[in-house]
Amino acid sequence: MATQFTIEGLKATIEGKEILKGINLDIKGGEIHAIMGPNGTGKSTLASALMGHPKYEVTDGNVTLNGEDVLEMEVDERARAGLFLAMQYPSEITGVTNSDFLRSAINARRGEGNELSLIKFIRQMEGKMKELEMNPEFAHRYLNEGFSGGEKKRNEILQMMLLDPKIVVLDEIDSGLDIDALRIVANGVNTMRSEDRGFLIITHYQRLLNYITPDFVHVMMQGRIVKSGGPELAERLEKEGYDWVKEELGIEDETVGQEA
Amino acid sequence: MTTQTILPVNHEALAAFSKSSGEPAWVTEIRSKALELAAGLELPKLEKTRLDRWTLDNYGKLRQGAQTSEELPASLSSLIDINEHSNLIVQRNSGVVFTKLSPELTAQGVIFTDLETAVREHGDLVKKHLFTAIPAEENQLTALHAALWNGGVFLYVPKNVEVEVPLQAVFLIDDASASFTPHVLIVADSNSRVTYVDNYISGDLNQAIVHNGAAEVFVKAGSKVQFASVHHLAGQITDLTYRRAVVENDGSIEWIIGEMNAGDAMSETLSVLRGNGSTSDAKVIAVGSGSQKLNLTTKAVHFGKSSDSQMITRAVMREESTAIINGITKIEKGATKANGEQTEKVLMLSPKARGDANPILLIDEDDVTAGHAASVGQVNAEQIYYLMSRGISRAQAERLIIYGFLAPVVSDIPLEQLQNQLQSLVERKLGQ
Repeated sequence: MATQFTIEGLKATIEGKEILKGINLDIKGGEIHAIMGPNGTGKSTLASALMGHPKYEVTDGNVTLNGEDVLEMEVDERARAGLFLAMQYPSEITGVTNSDFLRSAINARRGEGNELSLIKFIRQMEGKMKELEMNPEFAHRYLNEGFSGGEKKRNEILQMMLLDPKIVVLDEIDSGLDIDALRIVANGVNTMRSEDRGFLIITHYQRLLNYITPDFVHVMMQGRIVKSGGPELAERLEKEGYDWVKEELGIEDETVGQEA
Repeated sequence: MTTQTILPVNHEALAAFSKSSGEPAWVTEIRSKALELAAGLELPKLEKTRLDRWTLDNYGKLRQGAQTSEELPASLSSLIDINEHSNLIVQRNSGVVFTKLSPELTAQGVIFTDLETAVREHGDLVKKHLFTAIPAEENQLTALHAALWNGGVFLYVPKNVEVEVPLQAVFLIDDASASFTPHVLIVADSNSRVTYVDNYISGDLNQAIVHNGAAEVFVKAGSKVQFASVHHLAGQITDLTYRRAVVENDGSIEWIIGEMNAGDAMSETLSVLRGNGSTSDAKVIAVGSGSQKLNLTTKAVHFGKSSDSQMITRAVMREESTAIINGITKIEKGATKANGEQTEKVLMLSPKARGDANPILLIDEDDVTAGHAASVGQVNAEQIYYLMSRGISRAQAERLIIYGFLAPVVSDIPLEQLQNQLQSLVERKLGQ
């Protein structure tokens, strides 16, 4: 079945403040969508709400993945259903090695009785780490502990590659990356492009989109998608900034849920 | 303030016990004096713990006559990893029922026997050390222990002898009417090396009982002792344990302690760094569950110059359990260039669990270095979310975080068998 991810009228609050004010988005397998927008417009909230972060409360709307109600699911069920979020700020967990964590995650996805053998797991992990030009020693380090910003982001991409999700949300995966790391991360994403996988890339810079060409570009302001277009929209935003969008739509303050 | 301690035994019964065990007069005298002291001494004052509210009334009955040798209980081999090559002492209830030391070690002059035998056969050696690190006069508990001790272990390693295999002891209680008061005495003579591992375990008990135990370790100049102890006693047992090492010049003590009891437990693990260049390293892990109360203290007292102490305690608290974790680094005047580092961390898994970490530095010398870190907290919700976002269930995510929390201690344990055993005990206590 072709992947179909649908967001309809999604509203979400944090500590009682409404941040998402009705998001509509349709992502099919094989498509790459980019959501752009200045800081504070609700982009990361969208990513967190989709994954089910406990701090965000969804107050209205529907999200379905291949017809299944995502919002009804616990966080781990969403992941096992095929949703993956590469986080902007991945947690550090002392005492849990990266490889133990990865193996637990893969086996949770595969289900009991269908676990990956240790040998196969190591082979897969080492292969993907090589593609991402990661130091093999990172497998034995504690999860994200003492990783630089760029190393954490690569580790997120490593997880994406090993978990083989249906819908990938990348939340500011490009922040804190130098040009080499950006290229490596983008290559990782590009090798994962496939007909049955959809991507939602959240960024406020165009530069990632120089490496990963999106099919659709959406601009987010005030907790809504205010403008959609093709790759040319991203290029115009890069050249001209966001002011013309605000002017066109009569928006003065593009942020949402922030104290004046 | 006057105390009216109701003693668990009377003087006549104690004297009769000593006599029927064939003890030398000096031991009978120690017991009798200690019992007298116990009547007038108070319980120790513990940080934020009222010991007087604990169940301390049943010390069990004293054995009469020598304990006859019995079959080892079948449950034993499933609880601990022993085989025909093990150098092993097993105490069951009030007396030692099994002793084995390899002929090679015997030939090297190593003594490994129960303490009741040792006071008869190695009187001078024992007398010089017994109750000198943990004196009866200290408080009511140490006095009662000195009066009532039974079974126990005496381990002596002669000068320059290095024992390669761990020597093991098991202390089993499966009869709550029997006094269970083992005393461990270890003397590692100059430039020797030994590893000692013990387990405190219990069978089915029909009533509450106190285990009032003690271990004294004498680390002579240049010797190295690893002392590992795992307590996993049942909920009916109140566990009161003092462990102390006196470390001479360039000697080293390493403590590895697993507090896995189901009942209330008080323990103090203290290194007296008497010698110059002496070192102590203490690693303690604890898991609390039910309504259990724990008061765990690690302590180092520095007298020697350039002495070094390291202490790490990690406690995971479930349900309604409470832990008071104390770390005390005391550096005496004259202990120049001493260094003491300590860390206490408590992870609480339920809103009703309570933990308290008290790092205490008492320093009377200027030319030293010392450091401490302590934390008490719940499982981090952000970390759980992160792990779950990769498809890992909440239960598995918590498990990973708990093991991760204990890992810096567990993964550092130098004995693989002990590491595995602690791991599986932690799993059992966490109900996983």
